[in-house]
Amino acid sequence: MSTKHRRISLTVNGEAVAREVPVRLNLVDFLRHDLGFTGSHVGCEQGACGACTVVLDGQTVRGCLVLAVQADGCAVVTIEGGVDDDLREMFYTLNALQCGFCTPGMLLSSAELLRANPNPSREDIREYLSGNFCRCTGYQAIVDAVFTVAEARRS
Amino acid sequence: MSIGASVPRDRAKRLLLGRGQFVDDIQLPRMVHLAFVRSPYAHARIEAIGTAEAMALPGVIAVYTADDLEAAVSSWRPEHKLFPTMAAPEQFALAKGTARWQGEAVAAVIAESRAQAEDGAEQVAVTWHELPAVTDANAALAPDAPILHDDMTSNLAFTTEVVAGDVAVAFGQAAHVVEEHFRFHRHSGVSLEPRGIIAEFEPGESRLTVHQSHQTPHQQQDLYARLMGLPEHKVRVICPDVGGAFGLKHHLMADELVACVAARLSGRPVKFIADRLESFLADIHCRDHEVHARMAFSAIGEILGIEVDDLFNAGAYGQYPRTSIAEGNQITRLTGAPYRHEHYRAGLRMAFLNKSILGHIRSVGHPIACAVTERLVDMGATELKLDPIEIRRMNYLADDDFPRTSSGGVDFENLSFNGCLDKAVEMFDVPAFRAEQANLRNEGIYRGIGIATFVELTAIGPEYYGEGGQHISAQETCLLRLEGSGTVRCYTGVTDQGQGIDTGIQQVVADVMGVPLADIEVISGDSALCPVGGGSWGSRGAALGGEAAMRAARTLRGNILNIAASQLQKDPGDLTIDQGVVIDAASGTSHMAVSEIGRIGHFQPYNIPDGISADLTVVERYGSRDRMFLAGNGLQIATVEVDIDTGIVTPLRHLVVHDCGRILNPLLVREQVRGGVVQGIGAALYEELRYDEDGHLLTGSFADYLVPMAGEMPDIEVAHIETPTKTSELGAKGAGEAGTAGAVGSILNAVNDAIAPLEASIAVTPITPPRLLKALGRI
Ligand code: FES
Ligand code: FES
Repeated sequence: MSTKHRRISLTVNGEAVAREVPVRLNLVDFLRHDLGFTGSHVGCEQGACGACTVVLDGQTVRGCLVLAVQADGCAVVTIEGGVDDDLREMFYTLNALQCGFCTPGMLLSSAELLRANPNPSREDIREYLSGNFCRCTGYQAIVDAVFTVAEARRS
Repeated sequence: MSIGASVPRDRAKRLLLGRGQFVDDIQLPRMVHLAFVRSPYAHARIEAIGTAEAMALPGVIAVYTADDLEAAVSSWRPEHKLFPTMAAPEQFALAKGTARWQGEAVAAVIAESRAQAEDGAEQVAVTWHELPAVTDANAALAPDAPILHDDMTSNLAFTTEVVAGDVAVAFGQAAHVVEEHFRFHRHSGVSLEPRGIIAEFEPGESRLTVHQSHQTPHQQQDLYARLMGLPEHKVRVICPDVGGAFGLKHHLMADELVACVAARLSGRPVKFIADRLESFLADIHCRDHEVHARMAFSAIGEILGIEVDDLFNAGAYGQYPRTSIAEGNQITRLTGAPYRHEHYRAGLRMAFLNKSILGHIRSVGHPIACAVTERLVDMGATELKLDPIEIRRMNYLADDDFPRTSSGGVDFENLSFNGCLDKAVEMFDVPAFRAEQANLRNEGIYRGIGIATFVELTAIGPEYYGEGGQHISAQETCLLRLEGSGTVRCYTGVTDQGQGIDTGIQQVVADVMGVPLADIEVISGDSALCPVGGGSWGSRGAALGGEAAMRAARTLRGNILNIAASQLQKDPGDLTIDQGVVIDAASGTSHMAVSEIGRIGHFQPYNIPDGISADLTVVERYGSRDRMFLAGNGLQIATVEVDIDTGIVTPLRHLVVHDCGRILNPLLVREQVRGGVVQGIGAALYEELRYDEDGHLLTGSFADYLVPMAGEMPDIEVAHIETPTKTSELGAKGAGEAGTAGAVGSILNAVNDAIAPLEASIAVTPITPPRLLKALGRI
């Protein structure tokens, strides 16, 4: 049990935020419950499912493995802060989501992949998304969506 | 035409923006958080519960034990009138006196924050007296086994037999008999969003409002009302966005009931969100069957008879309100289902033992019935030196065999086994695979192909739960409301957890009414707003909810045309609606927009003559009258590569040919099927809730309980043939079980095909590397 608190300042989706937080609070709970950015989800709190994926200083992280105090001074982007429209639209068109619980994490991870590798193979996509659990889709439509967006961007 | 079009889902737009509203996203004023104290033992007497230390912690508001809840909530017994001899031991919202599985909740702590509630739960001091546990169904039925329930004389919960013809005759005449002992281990639905609830009790009017991640709001409304002694209309259950359900979320869970009672006792809104460990520990589980089966063949390979014995367990109690019988029941009903045979015997025994409760998870019983049948058929093919495809063609029920009552006692209206197989072999060049397989074997690479034919039982009729005494609607009702502007609100009793039934219903309404899709919104998942219905489970949404929507849309269309005709001085029969405009049916001339009808109907009703049917809010219902299930069918072909040194199985190509009758939306059905296949592959290769001998769960995290991730999964080709049911106008059958139903059997057969040259075989799932290496004699 800990009652220790610390003050942190950061930007979330471009807005400056300052809050007093318990040191044991993880980033995703802070974003969800203190700030109301509920687009990032919690599926395991063990770093295994990727539902809590957010972008911290330009890199995706597991929001359940990072403490809120570790984000002090950082720039955090969640799904509410936006993700490439073409990716989002292709997920919609190909029905690359069912319940949508994994989707914010999938989108942020996919966007990151496409930034790093504009020409991924389907295997690359499957590999890159292997930290994001989806129980509904069977993954194929997600792979198709990312692959199609990459193709469209190249042409 | 909108029906049959691949329309994406409206709801997806919101989810893609991160604007979904899942239960844990909701915060209510003065809301408190609930955490449970769970039994660390599989079986233990609760001697005392000390709450003082927990109560002294900051933020802790109350600690509840079974005694505290006694006056506020009833216990229950999972009875089913179709199975009157099934044992139905009493269960309490919190364990009373004895905990019967590791993870059973014995106390609940509410506190200002979740962390404080968890801290409180850690400080609740339970004095335990550990009791011997039984963790295996065979051991549970042994004469000296410790008995779980005081009012029982053994752990045998139920036993029954389904018989057709005389199997002794079949096996007596048989030229060949194949036999196998199967073990299908325990797993669960593992929705990514865990179970969750927010319960709020308003004492002035005694009103319970619940937001719950659930599939069946009306079932929950009824249960909370009855168990808590509230008038039903004072209970409202809202299912917001649900992050995957798969059957996991259509049961009563004691945990969630405790949250409702805690809200009433504390006067504060109470939130409970299961974490991943307690999901594995206390969710409804599935499978855990040991099946012995044999099949008798004639000299040329005709199936003469099938005998199957299923031993499974319900966990520590029966699941409420549906009971735990269905999985075993489906196995006794569906084994051998695709094949013509006269002689059949299926025996079933269900035991109680010290594990979490077993219930209904996607494709209840189907994967096992399918895997058992199809493995035996493949073994028969080997024995008879027949090609697996030929032996199936020889034995499949043919189109002119229908309608028919199966040897398992299920009515099959019109199934298309041969059609599906024809299509599959058109898409999959089996001879080419065989040639490649032979070549690769020379290089020490072991690949295999497996076929699995399945029957998919969907859209259960009122004969099952209605007759059984459960308050679960098998009927669906649709309420349509034309707004003043001419757009339409559609209220349905089926619910959407991502499968897209909202969109399917929207398509039906659009088509039948003749209005644009964008003018219709489907509203579901609210027990106060929506007509009483069954929710979504067992693939019932399209077949029942779709049909009800079609009827309501037709009625509303008729009323719109009545009003239009009265304004135009025409006969309604000469008018129709197209793209939201009333037109002349013969000439296509536009007369007036539906929005005009909305305006006149709601704001200038004096312009409508008396005596015509002009309601702009209409309700219609649909429920089957004469069948237990609506059966669909299909088959899957899987290919795998087996690494005989590591025991790792890699799925390669996977094909599904599926017949679910008329398809409302091919895009959504295809993706449903794919998701189902991957769940089935998970069960075939990875997913297992393992316990040690003392009943301690060994797989409490995603590090130990492996789920299929993108990297290991194959692409899945899906094709359909459509044999509409004639029992409804729409002709839709359910589609949600198919993927899972056939995946286990196809993978099992593919693995066995791969290792056949090594004189090895396996009949246990999941086929983990250690099990496979053992089967190969390598460890
Ligand atoms: S919740 Fe963070 S990885 Fe699962
Ligand atoms: S869409 Fe439900 S978990 Fe991915």
